[in-house]
Amino acid sequence: MRLRTNGRLVAKNRPVHFTFNGKRLQGYSGDTLASALLANDQLLVGRSFKYHRPRGLVAAGAEEPNALVELGRGDRQEPNARVTQVELFDGLAARSQNHWPSLEFDVGVINAKLSRFLPAGFYYKTFMQPQAFWKHVYEPIIRASAGLGRAPETGDDHTYEHFNVTVDVLVVGGGIAGLAAALAAGRAGARVLLVEQTSGWGGRAVVDRPSIEGISAQDWVNATLAELDAMPNVDVRLRCQGAGVFDHGYALAHERLTDHAPKQGGPRQRLWRIRAGRIVTATGAIERPLSFAYNDVPGVLLAAALRDYVVNFGVAVGERTVIVTNNDDAYRTAIALHDAGLDVPAVIDARTSAKGELPEQVRALGIKVLTNSGIASVDGGKRVTGVQVCAQDGEGTVTETIPCDCVAMSGGWSPVVHLWSHCGGKLVWDEPHAFFRPDADRPPLGADGEGFVIAVGTANGHLFTAEAIADGFSAGRKAAKVAGHTRKPGQAPMGDDVAEDALTPVWIMPAQAPYKLRSKMWLDYQNDVKVSDVQLAAQEGFQSVEHAKRYTTLGMATDQGKLSNINGLAVLSNALGEAIPRVGTTTFRPPYTPLPLAAITGVARDELFQPIRKTPVHAWHDAQGAEFEPVGQWRRPYAYPRGDETAHDAVTREVVNTRENVGLLDASTLGKLIVKGPDAGKFLDMMYTNMMSNLAVGKCRYGLMCSENGFLMDDGVVARMDDDTWLCHTTTGGADRILAHMEDWLQCEWWDWQVYVANVTEQYAQFAVVGPKARQLLQAIGGMALTKDDLPFMQWASGQIGGFDVRVFRISFSGELSYEIAVAAGQGAAFWDMLVKQGEAFGLMPYGTEALHVLRAEKGFIMIGDETDGTVIPQDLNLNWAISKKKDDFLGKRGQLRSHMVDPDRWKLVGLETVDGSVLADGAYAVAEGVNANGQRNTQGRVTSTYYSPTLKKGIAMGLVKHGPTRMGEVIAFTKEGGGFVDARIVDPVFYDKDGEKQNV
Amino acid sequence: MSDPISALSLRATHGSVQVSDTGVHGMITLRGDLASSKIRSLCKDLVGLPAPAPREVQVKGDAAVLWMSPDELLFVLPYGSVADSLARIAKVLKGQHHLAVDVSDARTMLRVDGPFAREVIAKLAPVDLYPGAFGEGQVLRSRLGQIAAAFWMSGPQTFEVICFRSVAEYAFDLLAASAAAGPVGHFPRGT
Repeated sequence: MRLRTNGRLVAKNRPVHFTFNGKRLQGYSGDTLASALLANDQLLVGRSFKYHRPRGLVAAGAEEPNALVELGRGDRQEPNARVTQVELFDGLAARSQNHWPSLEFDVGVINAKLSRFLPAGFYYKTFMQPQAFWKHVYEPIIRASAGLGRAPETGDDHTYEHFNVTVDVLVVGGGIAGLAAALAAGRAGARVLLVEQTSGWGGRAVVDRPSIEGISAQDWVNATLAELDAMPNVDVRLRCQGAGVFDHGYALAHERLTDHAPKQGGPRQRLWRIRAGRIVTATGAIERPLSFAYNDVPGVLLAAALRDYVVNFGVAVGERTVIVTNNDDAYRTAIALHDAGLDVPAVIDARTSAKGELPEQVRALGIKVLTNSGIASVDGGKRVTGVQVCAQDGEGTVTETIPCDCVAMSGGWSPVVHLWSHCGGKLVWDEPHAFFRPDADRPPLGADGEGFVIAVGTANGHLFTAEAIADGFSAGRKAAKVAGHTRKPGQAPMGDDVAEDALTPVWIMPAQAPYKLRSKMWLDYQNDVKVSDVQLAAQEGFQSVEHAKRYTTLGMATDQGKLSNINGLAVLSNALGEAIPRVGTTTFRPPYTPLPLAAITGVARDELFQPIRKTPVHAWHDAQGAEFEPVGQWRRPYAYPRGDETAHDAVTREVVNTRENVGLLDASTLGKLIVKGPDAGKFLDMMYTNMMSNLAVGKCRYGLMCSENGFLMDDGVVARMDDDTWLCHTTTGGADRILAHMEDWLQCEWWDWQVYVANVTEQYAQFAVVGPKARQLLQAIGGMALTKDDLPFMQWASGQIGGFDVRVFRISFSGELSYEIAVAAGQGAAFWDMLVKQGEAFGLMPYGTEALHVLRAEKGFIMIGDETDGTVIPQDLNLNWAISKKKDDFLGKRGQLRSHMVDPDRWKLVGLETVDGSVLADGAYAVAEGVNANGQRNTQGRVTSTYYSPTLKKGIAMGLVKHGPTRMGEVIAFTKEGGGFVDARIVDPVFYDKDGEKQNV
Repeated sequence: MSDPISALSLRATHGSVQVSDTGVHGMITLRGDLASSKIRSLCKDLVGLPAPAPREVQVKGDAAVLWMSPDELLFVLPYGSVADSLARIAKVLKGQHHLAVDVSDARTMLRVDGPFAREVIAKLAPVDLYPGAFGEGQVLRSRLGQIAAAFWMSGPQTFEVICFRSVAEYAFDLLAASAAAGPVGHFPRGT
């Protein structure tokens, strides 16, 4: 209901219209969706997860567990929005969640009737048996009844972005402690970023109104902000939540830019990626609920939250509010309600006496204060109708029934220690205040060995204005000083508020409550975890708080237990007979509240999801309708289908044409590394298994590269450019990796060797002109001499072809006469066009990566990533000829001497031909007799490459087979896709032109 | 020979902060002992500039020399002068261990120009770009989104960006998207 008194944040002259479940409602500018719903007396806002019990607002901030709604429609639909954090705007459309058929009448509430059959650990206990039930019964039922909001069904058309900043001091929290910290650090000259998750500054102080520096808290906040705004070294951000703290002072903050103003342009949300010298967490504290029976009925809410609604928004939950507390602070709510003209029939105080200033003020207002009292039970279903009062130290015998329509509860406060804890900050149990607070002696440590997070204010356990504001100011000064900013920031602001008496911890109300009451005391509102559930978990042996959490699902809902964790673990420790600090808390993990995936993704979506590397001829491939395949981040043409051709037909045509006429391959993606220096030869002898130092200038040699453990990691052709320069070709995916590998060895191990490496992969477009007519074509174009004598096989030369400066390598990965021609990338497209045009007369056709694979497989050439998988050594592939026996050492040599590497039983490379000519399945296993210890069929080999060979017109394959090379001609069985076996004969892996005559013409 | 083309053929956006491909540039990577007087004098020889200190760049018109690592410089000079410059380097450094290669075609150079250019870069690069921490005369090798890039400021609100040619489109689109999303308001405008 809307009060006659004005809320400090709402403008009653600016009405705002919105809908809730299709109903048109009105609020005011400045309202949150929460306050606007309350203003319209919409107390029921959702249903709980398990029992579908009616749920109302409990809190006024980020800790709200109940009031989650779906906002918007279509591409703007968003589930699980917390109404307390949603600012009202014209046209806002909200729908409640987790109910069927309607919020008012929900059949799922039947679960509540069955609640004694749904105890803690219900899922674990029930779904174990019988196994088949899981798939057909349990899972579909749970899917239908569980879950909160619906996932959006269409894309999101908003813009999101990231922003990287480095600051001296990040201050999280714009209450008075955070403002004081920013003020001190800013005055000292430090770079400061101050973020506040709500839309207003001042935190609790502007509601509870202590005095600061002799003026009202609001005036002090305004003056401080004005000073901060004038500092160029300070940036302050509202609607920006400090979401997580990570190693080395890295922090994430989530800024909501247009959620409250959807018509405004620009990005919707921004994720700040912050590197901070020091992080000051001024994150405040969260009030704790009290555990009394039916404390989940709509109309029961936190005392300070109710105060917020009254003071900030001029709304209330009901006319008659009973306050139940174990501390003095809640009396402020009684005063606020009284000031607003509302009735407070009683304050029920669990303490044996209440003689502090605030209780006395309340008594002076004529409000009844009942000490050593508690609530035995709340009356009402969809909203509170009254409370039954009992003695706190008893078993719940009702002494009095007070009719009311609202209950404001306060069980004390818990500092928000999340950000302090994210990166390992430890906590201490503060006995007098009954809360965990940051242990200043055990902060999260940064690279300098010092704590890099400083908790201040109420987040540091200082509940009173004077300490909180001084704590913030001192931390700001200290943090600035660490960054070298020593300008004196002046005196800390002086705060003053009324003194409060100590609270008495109350974890169960009444203390001796029987099971009947305990089974109705809600700890976790969203997940329906009650006091009795936690006690059952303890009884069943779940002593660790982490186990009890998972067993009961306490604190595992979308609010991550902001309200329930401390109460739950207190109940657990009592049940275990342990002290609370011995039981400890569960782990605080980032983010503080759920971060939208879109904010994490930022700009990296659609076209910008990931970089796609394109060769200089990419546009031509695309225009020809090439089918692309990803190779690392490159896109390479897989095949160039023509007309109605399938990709398979195209591959066949491209292979045949290359064998008979001439093919053209875009090989630009191959890695090209220049290795130069007086020690370059020595270095390459270490990098490759074979000798490279003795390669003559102008010649090329195929080389293998192994990891230290001896496993094959890359291969390629090395060309000697001049006396002290080599050009190493790597695989397409290998260029960056091999460059890093080389630099690693040069910088960390052989730092005194004179060798430089440069990656020139992208400097050149490189094309393979392949086939019996390759030489004729190039000679027709005209330029450098390319006869067998001018440029023999495995040599290279530079010159000109068709007027282009080129470097030509006589190397072949197809078994055909082949020239690989490198040209500057900026001329790649023009050179390619010329080859295509001039090639027409010779039947030239471009071919893609699949034809390349078929061509190399027909020749028995291995491919890194097909024949190798990180477990294969060159010896497995019969490549002993490429392993130098002359060299003392090379990377992998020692590894290859280990017993398993020289085991004669290792699977070795062979060719495979099916008896029926079919194509073996990729990765198919060769089966052997018997089964292994797991009951699986034994194996004796596997297929590594398999293709249909257009040249041989049958399936060909390579594979690794136990004792393979000594079993030529033997027929063994391979698994088939879809079951069954197919016989294949072990043959020589070189299927075509065994003597290599075609490539050496 | 045909005329060399840049990967993006001078593509440009229009807006408060503009992103543009600045075409072909000659670029030479030189690795060697940067303390040697011969390499220092080569900077004067090739681009008429003093040798840059660590993390710095020397700029004059379209020419520049960038400090890329403790043993690496990058010369930016006219495309047509690369061959002569390489010959000059080989001659001056004859007998001294070094590596000089033409990387003109391996790279793409983009310009980001406008009042919040600094924020456009800061949206994408995890580095400290606060005015004073980074400004004209300095160079950074970092990342833009998911790719490697180097950048420096050629004016108070102008960034020159170098990345690999194969990812030119990604880099351009990324910068264009960040510019289109508008300013953050963290850095003072026009710095």
